Amino acid sequence: MNPALKTWAGFGGAAVLLFAVAPAALSDFRLNLLAKFLCLAMVAVGIGFAWGRGGMLVLGQGVFFGLGGYLMAMHMKLADAGPGGVPDFMLLYGNGVLPGWWEPMRSPVVTVLAILVLPAALALVLGYAVFRRRVRGAYFAILSQALAAAFALLLIGQQTVTGGTNGLNGFRSFFGYDLADPLNKQTLYYICAGVLLAMVAGVRLLMNSRYGELLVAVRDQENRVRFLGYDPALIKAGAYALAACFAAVGGALFTPVAGIISPADVGVVPSISLLIGVAIGGRATLLGPVIGSIAVSWAETGLSERFPSIWTYFLGGLFIVVVAFLPNGLASLTFRRRPSPATGKQTQPATSVDLPATSGGHP
Amino acid sequence: MDALFSQLFAGVSLGSVLLLVALGLALTFGQMGVINMAHGEFMMAGAYTAFVVQHVVSNAGLSLLIALPLGFLAGGLLGLLLEATLLRRMHSRPLDTLLVTFGVALVLQQLARDIFGAPNVDVRAPAWLQGAVLDTTIPKTRLFILVLAVVAVSLLALALKLTPLGRRIRATVQNRDLAEASGISTTSADRITFFLGSGLAGIAGVALSLLGSIGPTLGTNYIVDAFLVVVVGGIGQLKGAVIAAFSLGVVQATFEYSTTASLAKVLLLVAIIAFLQVRPQGLVALRTRSLA
Repeated sequence: MNPALKTWAGFGGAAVLLFAVAPAALSDFRLNLLAKFLCLAMVAVGIGFAWGRGGMLVLGQGVFFGLGGYLMAMHMKLADAGPGGVPDFMLLYGNGVLPGWWEPMRSPVVTVLAILVLPAALALVLGYAVFRRRVRGAYFAILSQALAAAFALLLIGQQTVTGGTNGLNGFRSFFGYDLADPLNKQTLYYICAGVLLAMVAGVRLLMNSRYGELLVAVRDQENRVRFLGYDPALIKAGAYALAACFAAVGGALFTPVAGIISPADVGVVPSISLLIGVAIGGRATLLGPVIGSIAVSWAETGLSERFPSIWTYFLGGLFIVVVAFLPNGLASLTFRRRPSPATGKQTQPATSVDLPATSGGHP
Repeated sequence: MDALFSQLFAGVSLGSVLLLVALGLALTFGQMGVINMAHGEFMMAGAYTAFVVQHVVSNAGLSLLIALPLGFLAGGLLGLLLEATLLRRMHSRPLDTLLVTFGVALVLQQLARDIFGAPNVDVRAPAWLQGAVLDTTIPKTRLFILVLAVVAVSLLALALKLTPLGRRIRATVQNRDLAEASGISTTSADRITFFLGSGLAGIAGVALSLLGSIGPTLGTNYIVDAFLVVVVGGIGQLKGAVIAAFSLGVVQATFEYSTTASLAKVLLLVAIIAFLQVRPQGLVALRTRSLA
């Protein structure tokens, strides 16, 4: 089959599954759970793009997920408190005075804009600063991870303005719609599904664009791209910013769906855990990260409730087996038998990222 | 003056803990490019070794002295196992080792939870390490760790500098292909390096058991900071790690003194990113002709 046709057929299949099959087959509770997984899958789409296509091991996506989630939570808290009101937890922990930087989040428009722009801008600035000095590979991974650690600590430490370890929770409404109403919950699910599909479609378009080609080129041979006159730092920072934006949107939708956002969702461990779904599904593929991430979340809910200890062993084992022995994810098992030139390009190992000649400190 | 001194000592002490934790990493990351996320769990293994030894030998002083070499062995053997089973087949993709070793870390943490239970446990410090030094406010355990870190670094530096084994390790760090072409078995150099680095993690774990109670997540609390030390220090030479560890310790203590602990971490990270703008290869970089 024509690869483009195949992709859009898969896309259409996913749309039918998400919009027709899932709402009919699942209970309200399960559907809400699936909405939560879809939000995490949004982060995975971004990771797939930055890591699979761009070769940047983004270990700190929890930061952007958390930024989006907290921005949304701030708005919802303020909306619940009413005009001029102060969120309940501030009265509880602090002096009940709203800090100035909370004030703009009263407006839904500003909130949505902030969610879309702030994390992406932060990633763009940080990414460009770091990549410009050719800090990459493991160094970049460690920095992004440190970012996640520091962000979680900051949230815990500033309890009076962030809710501390408990995070922000107990939301009643989402842009004026009552969250207790099952119908609104269902609408929220449709929003998540729609946004996720839009992201996947967007990434598909980007992958086949000139920019997408450049990104892969930077991943595989950064120096050659530089010699051709491009600025690899800008190309990479762009992909990092896009991944950050996706993560922020995922976080922003996660907050009303899950009803809580807390430091436990943004730290080092949740940030790395987001990667495993991407690794399993195939980091450089289009739908692999989505499917892998949903599958892992689903398995986690199923297993971790009943056997928390076994789940951790299972997750650890997954990391070891998939990354060590199936670097292209489970997708490589099915695609291996028919390496047509076009699909072969997409399942090309993303592992040549650190060729000896380009690995900086490791000559 | 007194406040300044105790502040400075807090920084130096934090630096010595960081150094002890990061020393092994500097070795394994610098040598093989392996990002070992399980390094923290090797520390945890060392700490639990101290706990178990104390169960068998009730004399706290004696058990500490026994735990130090045993902790080294515990960490080192775990590292050897990891290297021999997984890492040796992943030489060409160092970034992926991060994820694989994270999986190993998860498994080891859960093992500790299942064996020793989730709540933290305590290791008693021997009588000669309790209290403060003379009439200062410096706890003796902190001083002990400082001494331990200095001794560990000195021994390691001497071993790398003077022994034939150290020469082989340095050659492998500087130019793996050329080392191999000169008849050095890089495989065995790798293996020994990993044993040493992981063993140092075990020693760090034993030392940390003196500072507070130990639990399955002991390693996670230190691993990120330890990696930052290595990044700032630059790879390939111990000197960088030593300077970086103490600088980060002092800087963080200073930030903590003037702001809060959580804000200090963020400021430190900003400072590190700013520093990498000036010196992206870290403090002490190996000069090579490869494309940066």
